[in-house]
Amino acid sequence: MKKFVSVLMAVLMAMLLVPMFSSCASGETLNILNWGDYLEPSLKERFKEETGITIKEKVVTSNEEMLIQLEADDCPYDLCFPSDYAVERLIKGGKLAEINHDNLSNLVNIDDRYMGLDYDPENKYSIPYTYGVLGVLYNKTMVDEADLGSWDILWNEKYSGEIFMYDSIRDSMAVALLYLGYDINTTNPDELNAAADALIAMKPLVKAWLTDDIKDSMILGSGALAVVYSGDAVWCCDPDEGNPDLDFFVPESGSNIYFDTMVIPVNTKKQDMAEQFINFLLEPEVATINTEFIGYSSPNAAVWPLLDEYYTENHMFNIPDAIIEKCVVFRDLGESIDLYNNAWDRVFE
Amino acid sequence: MKRSRMAYPYIFVWMPLFIVAPLLFVLYYAFFRDGQFTTDFVVQVFSDTTYLPALLNSIWIALATTVVCLLVGYPVAYILSNMKSRSAALLSMLFIMPMWMNMLLRTIAWKILLDDSGIIVRLLEWLGMENPRLIYTPGAVLVATIYDFLPFMILPIYTVLQKLDRSLIEAAHDLGANSRQTFLRVVLPQSVPGIVSGITMVFVPSMSTFAVSTMLGGKNVMLFGQVIEQKFLIGNQWGVGSTLSLVLIVLVLISMFIMRRVERDTGSEGGTIW
Repeated sequence: MKKFVSVLMAVLMAMLLVPMFSSCASGETLNILNWGDYLEPSLKERFKEETGITIKEKVVTSNEEMLIQLEADDCPYDLCFPSDYAVERLIKGGKLAEINHDNLSNLVNIDDRYMGLDYDPENKYSIPYTYGVLGVLYNKTMVDEADLGSWDILWNEKYSGEIFMYDSIRDSMAVALLYLGYDINTTNPDELNAAADALIAMKPLVKAWLTDDIKDSMILGSGALAVVYSGDAVWCCDPDEGNPDLDFFVPESGSNIYFDTMVIPVNTKKQDMAEQFINFLLEPEVATINTEFIGYSSPNAAVWPLLDEYYTENHMFNIPDAIIEKCVVFRDLGESIDLYNNAWDRVFE
Repeated sequence: MKRSRMAYPYIFVWMPLFIVAPLLFVLYYAFFRDGQFTTDFVVQVFSDTTYLPALLNSIWIALATTVVCLLVGYPVAYILSNMKSRSAALLSMLFIMPMWMNMLLRTIAWKILLDDSGIIVRLLEWLGMENPRLIYTPGAVLVATIYDFLPFMILPIYTVLQKLDRSLIEAAHDLGANSRQTFLRVVLPQSVPGIVSGITMVFVPSMSTFAVSTMLGGKNVMLFGQVIEQKFLIGNQWGVGSTLSLVLIVLVLISMFIMRRVERDTGSEGGTIW
């Protein structure tokens, strides 16, 4: 009897844990892996009303985290939003399902310029979702106008202790490579060494290396300069939610342009549902609501007539063609990424 | 009924799955690449000094945290143990109360307090300091770490002092010892088990801390825990990350061994959790 009681206790304790790991399975569910604040919340309700499918969203903060999830053999997600170079790596690894374009009646809405890019030449595996360019967010009250326009400003000792850098290997290395005039996809060890040296030289001027916190700190006026993406700049410069003293420029010598995309993991059993959701997000009205919420530029050409003037007139949202032409997309570097990791280690040793 | 059976689910399910297996994984990733035995990662970690500064930072932060916690925590525990039980209970609850809150929230609170637009900076400016910088400095990390771990120092010392046999103190007084001698020769030696527990509970976790320094250090202070986190989450270098974790485990084992030695040499008996 006593033995029975202790066995029972053990079983009960184990059973207590079970509900924590399983989800309630009422109706169909689509599991998506996304960035924070990257899907207008009411659209989930609307999609559920139209199709009965529940969207369950999990959020990550870096492509590297997304890759770890997507490269696992038991990836539990049905739709993800990785960036260009991550897509390229996932394609090489055979981790993505081919998207059936016949199910995407709204695909015609995507601007031709953003289709067929190097990371996925025929868009077999990925559909562009948002894009943006890397640039410098600055506080007009703290920065001389004469210093603007070039990456050199981040090495200007006048702004020592007032600079926020982006705590991400590829982005920070890209800033240093662009400053030195090198390709942001270089695998030349000498160039990467020089870039690491440039970051080491910049380090004493940097107030902190952060990720999402940069936005809040800049809005509070805690720094003069910060490296951010154009989509985040839109939000930071917003007269209501942000700080009207802030503005944004993309250095004339060029920068990085990135695309966040919609991809379907190869092992999903819900490809049809995922495609249904992609098509839903490509609808002009839905895409407009979504892009106005996210604040990142949309590759969907059909949204432009519907967008609020605030966005169409905004140089951080409606990025001039002259700038986009000078920007380069990140490529997947394969094993050579270790050169970047080692350079990064050296900067922070 | 053998009550020990109640622990079976923990001993035979939980511990192997969530403590032993992860440690084995760490060992595996440190010494195997694609199923082949390799010492590459060990050689890589020990052949250059890239990771040494972060390790020294961690040891420094952990030592400083432990010393400050001991210097502040011992008197607090001592005062608490000499108070009436009701007021002692109230006060010790106040010390524990911050632990009811999630550590990340407490760290965010520090971030707001120490920020350039925060209340402490403004106060310093009002007092005449020019451009005080608190956030994103080693000091900010240290203050928050001390704040986080102080209860772990106070509680074990308080528990030991509370159980102290009062008649020994009276006997010491009767035999002519003044209060300083009584403290140094009677109270302090008997509280060594509490001190050892406290030191272990503060030093070991503060060695591997990384969330506090990520949020309050802004990478101006790199700790060993941050390097390991980066190897796994960003660099995708699990081999190097696991090897660095092993280095940390070995250092922790060494420090625990030293603490045990100290405890045994002072001749104190049991009462600690280690």
